Amino acid sequence: MEAFGLLLHGFAVLLTWKTLVLMMFGLVLGIFVGVLPGLGGPNGVAILLPLTFTMDPTSAIVMLSCIYWGALFGGAITSILFNIPGEAWSVATTFDGYPMAQQGRAAEALTAAFTSSFIGSLVAVLLITFLAPMISSFALKFGPPEFFAVYLLTFCSFVGLGREAKHKTVISMSLGLLLAGIGMDTVSGNLRMTFGSAELLRGINFLVAVIGLFGISEILLTMEERLALRGHAASISLRVVLGVWKDLPKYWATLLRSSFIGCWLGITPGGAIAASFMGYNLAKRFSKDPESFGKGRIEGVFAPETAAHASGTAALLPMLALGIPGSGTAAILLGGLMVWGLNPGPLLFVEHKDFVWGLIASMYLGNVVGLVLVLTTVPIFASILRVPFAAVAPMIVVSCAIGAYAIQNAMFDIWLMLGFGVVGYIFKKIGIPLAPFTLALVLGNRAEDAFRLSMIGSGGDLKVFWSNGLVGSISTLAIVLLFWPVVDGVLSRVGWTQRTKVMSP
Amino acid sequence: MMTSHLIWQPMSQTDLEIVVDDPTAPEDDSPSVVSSGTIEIVVCLLLLALAATLGYDNWRTGASWDSTGPEPGYFPFYLSVILGGGSLYGLIMALPARRAASGTFVTRAQARRVLAVFVPTLLFCLVTQFLGLYVASFLLISCFMRLVGKIALWKSLLTAFLFTAIMFVTFDVAFDVIMPKGPLEAAFGR
Repeated sequence: MEAFGLLLHGFAVLLTWKTLVLMMFGLVLGIFVGVLPGLGGPNGVAILLPLTFTMDPTSAIVMLSCIYWGALFGGAITSILFNIPGEAWSVATTFDGYPMAQQGRAAEALTAAFTSSFIGSLVAVLLITFLAPMISSFALKFGPPEFFAVYLLTFCSFVGLGREAKHKTVISMSLGLLLAGIGMDTVSGNLRMTFGSAELLRGINFLVAVIGLFGISEILLTMEERLALRGHAASISLRVVLGVWKDLPKYWATLLRSSFIGCWLGITPGGAIAASFMGYNLAKRFSKDPESFGKGRIEGVFAPETAAHASGTAALLPMLALGIPGSGTAAILLGGLMVWGLNPGPLLFVEHKDFVWGLIASMYLGNVVGLVLVLTTVPIFASILRVPFAAVAPMIVVSCAIGAYAIQNAMFDIWLMLGFGVVGYIFKKIGIPLAPFTLALVLGNRAEDAFRLSMIGSGGDLKVFWSNGLVGSISTLAIVLLFWPVVDGVLSRVGWTQRTKVMSP
Repeated sequence: MMTSHLIWQPMSQTDLEIVVDDPTAPEDDSPSVVSSGTIEIVVCLLLLALAATLGYDNWRTGASWDSTGPEPGYFPFYLSVILGGGSLYGLIMALPARRAASGTFVTRAQARRVLAVFVPTLLFCLVTQFLGLYVASFLLISCFMRLVGKIALWKSLLTAFLFTAIMFVTFDVAFDVIMPKGPLEAAFGR
């Protein structure tokens, strides 16, 4: 019950006019970003991060996380009304959402999407509220070997569980770790991989890379598509909302199942995209008449949206408790923490109570306010799509440049951003995943420090990673996950698991 | 009263049709410029070269153990080896795939559209370096809207001016985030 008292304290931190205004501002910007083609959650957060540099950390994180919630809500609008998923995790929402809109049930589908998003986030926030303080107080006992083992676990699970070709994940991750190492070495103070360049001395800033990789490359990719669209923007009447809410209890199994899947995949690096598809597929599998899916069934909207939002929210759990982000957006928020002068990790819960509990309280409040906001303003946001992309694209480019420059006041960073834009475009087109790259870039230095400190502590003996039960089991788990496809193959040959078929949608 | 309401319900009163056309959309039957397989080979070769360069530099810095533990180049050296291994594997996988019909990386029509954004962005960065970000932003938005989007000149100029002005007020005046500036801002004493 200690968590409950702290949560109330968090609400007290939050309930000032300034914070509430920032929250609304963040939500509106977020929905805007979610609706626009070529922008999304991570991009929006990365581009708008510079706005927060001069704020205090609590206001900053409240605004940024609200942008994220807004973007999650906004993605559903375009999927349902125009069959254009604003985000990869809204693809599954189009399967039944768009047919519903075509049948004149757009308002119903939108209500279902927003409501289930809300439920998914709520379950994940409850999980964070009670689990995150426990994990972080447990992690306070961690030394460098334990931390390195946890980082290793994160990296290995990306390689072992990711659905991309393994070597591409390895390339993406090692490249990210290498680029993170450029510049001054934090342990010895030596210069590494700078090749005598003064610009490289500072190292490659994570946020600059993210703005290029996600913002600029997304514009290039969007331009390849046909950008025409046609649809109706329906406003939502209270009658429809109440009608959908009245039927909610009938779908409790779907909602609960999807929330669970979402939370699990959010904490592990499965991510919101996998969660939404899995939620949809499982709802279909457990349904009495699976044939009716894809033809405008409301459950087909509930399932993926709940899972995607539960996952998007749960991804913040490891970031808060351990300093390890569970998703690209969480990684960017982590980058933000460092800019604001906070040290991510389990000590956050001890040293910055206001910050942590303000953030958790803002997840509750932001989702409630967000729900009301989207339900009442759908037509306004849908009409943003009338703005031609030729006007939107250069504005996004300018915003990206402002964001990249503001981080270190360096012109070099604008060029770097452009370079990463090209890299991101090419990588996405040949299937090299960007998430491991982002994660490696933000965690690289911390992972290396943990490794070298444990090596110094043990006198260079690798056995330190198996020196006690805790660190030993984490390290072993990491190795098992790294070779998971092999392990899984052996296990199913022996006849141990059938479960894995369900796990991969 | 009740019945009429029920009939009304499916079609909302404020139903708003949104139609956006894309006259310059890339044609679907446009010929391929380059295949994904070729690009994959090129990327793997570039990564291999990068891995070799970084690996050598780290070897030079010191990639072994001394009395205090691993030297600065130790961690990145082995990462370069892993990166090199991954790209080499990717290269070997991509070579036979290239002979088989691998997918299109980009069609000619798509490449034209991508370049229509990329080249202006490149010019924007260049202009930012010399004339400052706000002037470059005005030029990029107005020219892009007019030349690529074929939007009326006055709309393009007005949008560009308003957006740039809002950015200036938000960042420079309200939040004190200083952007690169050029002669124009200097003339106004900012």
